Amino acid sequence: MTVAGLVIVVLTHAQKFTAEKSTVKFFSDAAIEDITATNTKSSSIFNEATGEIVYSIPIKEFEFDKSLMKDHFNEKYMESDQFPKATFQGKISDYQPAATGAQKATAVGKLTIHGVTQDVTIPGTIENAGGKITMKAKFMVKLVDYKIKIPQLLWKNIAEQVEVTVEFNYTAL
Amino acid sequence: MKNIFTILFLMSVVNLRAQDDLMKELEQNKKPETSYVGQTFKGTRIVNGQSVETKGKGELEFIFAHRFDKINSGSYNAFGFDGYAIVRLGLEYGITDRLGVSVGRTFYGGNKMVDSYVRYKVARQSTGANSFPVTITAIGTVTYQAFPNAADAAQLGIPLPSTSDRMGYVAEVLFARKFSSTFSAQVTPIFVHRNAVNKSIENNDDYAVAFGGRYRLTRSFSLIGEYYTRLNANSNSPYYNSAGLGVDIETGGHVFQLVFTNSLGLNTQTIVTQTGGPNDGNLGKGDVHFGFNITRTFQTGKRKQ
Repeated sequence: MTVAGLVIVVLTHAQKFTAEKSTVKFFSDAAIEDITATNTKSSSIFNEATGEIVYSIPIKEFEFDKSLMKDHFNEKYMESDQFPKATFQGKISDYQPAATGAQKATAVGKLTIHGVTQDVTIPGTIENAGGKITMKAKFMVKLVDYKIKIPQLLWKNIAEQVEVTVEFNYTAL
Repeated sequence: MKNIFTILFLMSVVNLRAQDDLMKELEQNKKPETSYVGQTFKGTRIVNGQSVETKGKGELEFIFAHRFDKINSGSYNAFGFDGYAIVRLGLEYGITDRLGVSVGRTFYGGNKMVDSYVRYKVARQSTGANSFPVTITAIGTVTYQAFPNAADAAQLGIPLPSTSDRMGYVAEVLFARKFSSTFSAQVTPIFVHRNAVNKSIENNDDYAVAFGGRYRLTRSFSLIGEYYTRLNANSNSPYYNSAGLGVDIETGGHVFQLVFTNSLGLNTQTIVTQTGGPNDGNLGKGDVHFGFNITRTFQTGKRKQ
């Protein structure tokens, strides 16, 4: 029994992947100005055997074109001293580890931004090429769902929803 | 059989908790990180004097400051608005996120001071792997008093100062801590040297300590306060310690600061050495001036990539 247990533990361990490279971008398209920000400091673990996946995105690591945008983003909108990271905890369904080439898959789980958790379903693609997994997804985040308030004065500068693009590259843990 | 049930039960528990465990594993695998505290103050000024803030790389700040006549000059003088206004226009540029340079000019009949300073953020308050309790900024300022020129000197019957006599120097080290997202405080030891002074009432070298604070009421609206205490004021000095209270309001790229102060100084040297005078600066008599600072920040070039 003990031996079998150990084997299972070892096998499970080998099926976990961790992100060695990550890009999380968001794009806000509003009347006065388009705002983009990029974050390359996120982390993630994917358990290929169970499909479970977690992401952690440090809010202060989003980089903007303008210093002032970064200040406002952290202090006024995301309140990153209080809510330092965004997370996703969920499961990827319809993923075939054995298949080659990019395949469509869906992540279902809980997305937490600005201290507010919502159930989300995010469609994306996964490709497993020789033990290296790449995941890509693009989805919209409505600011109001996460209680991110935009002052009346700035409504023309900031969109009500932003487009989030993620790309994670995994290697075996 | 019993054992198998136990294992099945355990496995289901493990399954339920798997995502939480995976999140824990993610946190454990992460390298310890340092998180820097930003926005200790809204702008580069608390009320009259400097804050630890620097401009971001490539940012150009235009600062436009006014101080009006005394409020206790009465309703006929529109509580100071009918009187004089001392104006300073300044530009500050962020060479890096921590190093800035500035030049400014004060505009008034008898005060045509040009000031230029270099600001460097020596240390940043942070939490996490390399935590540090305070933000430290050092500022070195050189001033040049353009008043009077030869014509003014002749008319007023005063000697024309040499270039050297017009110069002053300020060194200050600012220590600030953001205690919470609502409250920040700063303490600043200051040294001022002026090449030429009236020695019967002034010193060539002055030492002072400044205290400042900000209390955030809403996302865009804060209370601000500041006090400068002189450590070696000349016993015959007609001048006062500088104090100021106000609010700052932030809207996009602008910061508006509306202030009430006994000082007309718009640079550290004047704040420390020449607040008030024979008929001004006495808070006990209500010698308070209304004023404002307005800043507009422009981004030159892109900061990333």
